[in-house]
Amino acid sequence: MNPIFNQGISPVQRLTFVLICSAALIFFDHKMASFETARGYLQTLVSPLQYMANAPKQMMTWASENIITRRQLMSENQDYREKELFFHEQALQLSIVRQENERLRSLLSSPVRGGIKKMFAEILSVDSDPYSHQVVINRGTNDGVYEGQPVLDEKGIVGQILHVGASSSRVILISDISHAIPVRVQRNGLRLIASGSGQIDRLIHNFVPHSADVKTGDLLVTSGLGGKYPEGYPVSRVVLVRTDESREFSTIYSQPVAQIDRLRYMLLLSKEEAVKPVSTLSNKKVAMGKS
Amino acid sequence: MFSNNGLIILLTLLVALMASITPMPLSVDAFRPDWVLIVLVYWCLALPNKINILTAWVMGFILDVLLGSVLGVHASAMALSVYIVIVNFQKIRNFSVWQQALIVGVLSAQYHLIVFWLQRFLSDVVFLPNYLYPVITTIVLWPWVFLLLRRVRRHFRIK
Repeated sequence: MNPIFNQGISPVQRLTFVLICSAALIFFDHKMASFETARGYLQTLVSPLQYMANAPKQMMTWASENIITRRQLMSENQDYREKELFFHEQALQLSIVRQENERLRSLLSSPVRGGIKKMFAEILSVDSDPYSHQVVINRGTNDGVYEGQPVLDEKGIVGQILHVGASSSRVILISDISHAIPVRVQRNGLRLIASGSGQIDRLIHNFVPHSADVKTGDLLVTSGLGGKYPEGYPVSRVVLVRTDESREFSTIYSQPVAQIDRLRYMLLLSKEEAVKPVSTLSNKKVAMGKS
Repeated sequence: MFSNNGLIILLTLLVALMASITPMPLSVDAFRPDWVLIVLVYWCLALPNKINILTAWVMGFILDVLLGSVLGVHASAMALSVYIVIVNFQKIRNFSVWQQALIVGVLSAQYHLIVFWLQRFLSDVVFLPNYLYPVITTIVLWPWVFLLLRRVRRHFRIK
């Protein structure tokens, strides 16, 4: 039997205590950023939950990949073979161009670009929180992921690593309101900053003078400034340029090239020199390659 | 908390947490009901001696970690919403299920607005009406969750 007049702490006291705790947490997490390491551990702690929550979707994709006709498989295979031939030819060209570029760079006595290590990752979950654009991927410190690592899909830049857990980590997308990335216009090398807008299909470029030569349809690529993202990867395409003389700067919007709303497989880049894979086939989990 | 099959409560809360992070298509995702809030409100009405504000705060904190928001945002919003239920549980118990659903809707709206205000205070997000879409699904979901959890409580004799 429960007592009618229960003693102990009253709800108001509990609420005050809890709200003070929250205020302290918000202050230390947001203003001081003193939970960076703790967040890593917390991420590790909750990753089983994330893996479990992802199980139904995983099952669906498994089923849809298994229930497929022979004819479909054959046509897909044919498609891939054609593409492989095509890419192979391009790669041959690329190696010649790279050699030439390295030779020219050494003639100019500018540093030769180092190789980039790549790692393959799959998306684990997407945040349902509408205020932040983040996704969780299935790689963590065990695989050598570090904070600030650039992430891209097959079309272009997706974002960078925000928090790292042991076996999963969190990616902040370029469309997040707190994210910005240095870019340049591919056509003429003009430098801009692409800030996230909180909307999945829009990046905003602030403080661009009216005289700047930016046109609708221009491709923006990473400029490599700031040292976070390597140079030359596509980021977004300009969709709107409005030069209203009554305003101080022109309004420029662009749309990310990467398909941020339907991500599945992603590549993590790391800047350090690629190491030779010790055993080529036993370490299938981490696909490495030299660019 | 774990006496008299209290573990089942924890299990339902875990399921609610998982339901709130399962991947969904973008169009359905905007309507995702507040699973954790609904389950917490039910247990607060049924067993206020077991589930209190501290439990709600801890659940909100886990939600913060899972969603990657600033720690403490969802925790405080959850605690404030559950506080209202805790203070008025004897009144709310006597309402019919549909009246309760409306109250849960108001709680859910309050929860979303508190989260929005805190986020607005921390970073400059702008308000979009679709941040309140989950309120509709939460109202529709309440009677079903209520009936299901009452069955669970009676079957396992959770006291």
